[in-house]
Amino acid sequence: MTILTRPDPTRSFAYDDLRHLMSLQTGDEKHDASATSTLDVLWVLYDQVLDVSPDRVEDPLRDRFLLSKGHGPMAYYAVLAARGFVPVDWLSGYGSFTSPLGYHPDRNLVPGVEISSGSLGHGLPLALGTALGLRAQGLPSRVVVLVGDAELDEGTNAEAIAAAGALGLDRLTVVAIDNRSASLGWRGGLERRFDVEGWATQRVDGRDHAALRSALRHTDDAAPTLVVAEVEEK
Amino acid sequence: MTTVHTSARDRVRPALPMREQFVATTTELLDQDLSVALVLADISVAMFPQAKARHPKRVVNVGIREQLAVNVGAGMALTGLRPIVHTIASFLVERSFEQIKLGFSHQDVGGVLVSNGASYDSSQGGRTHQSPGDVALIDTLPGWDIHVPGHPAELDTLLREAVAGSGRVYIRTSVRSNREAHPTGGFHVIRRGGQGTVLAIGPMLDNVLAAVHDLDITVLYAATVRPFDADTLARTLGTADVIIVEPYAVGTSAAVVSEALVHVPHRVKSIGVPRIELRRYGTPGQHEAEHGLDPAGLRRTIGDFLFLRG
Repeated sequence: MTILTRPDPTRSFAYDDLRHLMSLQTGDEKHDASATSTLDVLWVLYDQVLDVSPDRVEDPLRDRFLLSKGHGPMAYYAVLAARGFVPVDWLSGYGSFTSPLGYHPDRNLVPGVEISSGSLGHGLPLALGTALGLRAQGLPSRVVVLVGDAELDEGTNAEAIAAAGALGLDRLTVVAIDNRSASLGWRGGLERRFDVEGWATQRVDGRDHAALRSALRHTDDAAPTLVVAEVEEK
Repeated sequence: MTTVHTSARDRVRPALPMREQFVATTTELLDQDLSVALVLADISVAMFPQAKARHPKRVVNVGIREQLAVNVGAGMALTGLRPIVHTIASFLVERSFEQIKLGFSHQDVGGVLVSNGASYDSSQGGRTHQSPGDVALIDTLPGWDIHVPGHPAELDTLLREAVAGSGRVYIRTSVRSNREAHPTGGFHVIRRGGQGTVLAIGPMLDNVLAAVHDLDITVLYAATVRPFDADTLARTLGTADVIIVEPYAVGTSAAVVSEALVHVPHRVKSIGVPRIELRRYGTPGQHEAEHGLDPAGLRRTIGDFLFLRG
């Protein structure tokens, strides 16, 4: 039997605390980190890559992280709590009527959440608009959008992948969690679809923090970037 | 026998068609306001050469990708820009409806959607290029202003107001136009009478006036249907027989008219584009007549509703 204890809200959290923060939402300890495909990418982004902080959620110069794959956001909420965007106390209300933390995130309810997501195939198109809007205003912020390999089935992504390459959106990064859950698969790998449209692509171990950090920090001078984060098969 | 005027719009064309007015006004707004952006999906791109040359980062053509165009507009709004997204109504609203619902409404950001090709404007294009249900679709979403200008000058005013604001606005342009522009806002009293009230929306006004020219009837005109001006309707109401004539799907505003009259025993007749697959080509005027929206058709329907003889 595992005894749950509430983390001290005054202390900062580390990666090793995420499992416990997730358990506050689910009521059990079964959500081992290895069972959560996005957890390591999210942690590395917020810990080592993105220029964001709880006191700058309205700063025009902040980086933008868009969680397109809004399903199963416990890992996202855990990271946001660990980084101080939301109170840890919120986690236990996950999914309840009065909680701001739903099964799909709502940007109007949760500080630091850039887009409301859940319906697949919207995050990347919104990210294009965000990148174009920042470019039009001369703002150098990065736009990082997380998608799933199965989410890329949605045709709206094809529109966005082609357009982003043609428009040379060099401040845009897609991180694709690849757990081979696309029903019909992606013959030749996800990156082929991006590569043909002029994206700079990398594939890394989605559990290797050093590799993720290196890949996610890389930007190209003229092209959008794709980082495929490969994790265990679903 | 009642004499019915022929459709005025078939004889008179405004100096500047509505689509050209949209281009002229938008180009000016792009010059004046650095927060304005224009997102296109190949349609009308050739009409914006100066704007594209002067503002290459704020005039974006994403190609034939309408769903992307809407979400690109929403993404720009997330960064503080005021986007205008424009293409044919069928693709702007029907194809991209989920993007409108989630990209703008659910994110809670503002923007201005401007369509062309209203209802049967593209009469020769067939059903694929006709979307009489666009206003009804937008109306399922909370908080959208919906404008149906009946004249290019009205479009100019409404577009400037929409861009100057911060909300979500749908503006529906048309090749159909009334001879004269009228004040924008809520209902404008065109004439007063004792036998009932006709609410003429956007480009329907001239046909309505031709249809009821010899009747003792009130005619109110509006180019804005959401928010719906219930106050003016209630204030000017005589006999509580109300006919609403809309240039899109019949019954689109029936609920808001009924709500406006909830405290008064009343009858309401909705006139608009019927829910049929017409499967005809020809001219917009022919479609208008087939749908009973020409002066003769309107006169028949209005006369029947008011139990008029002759």
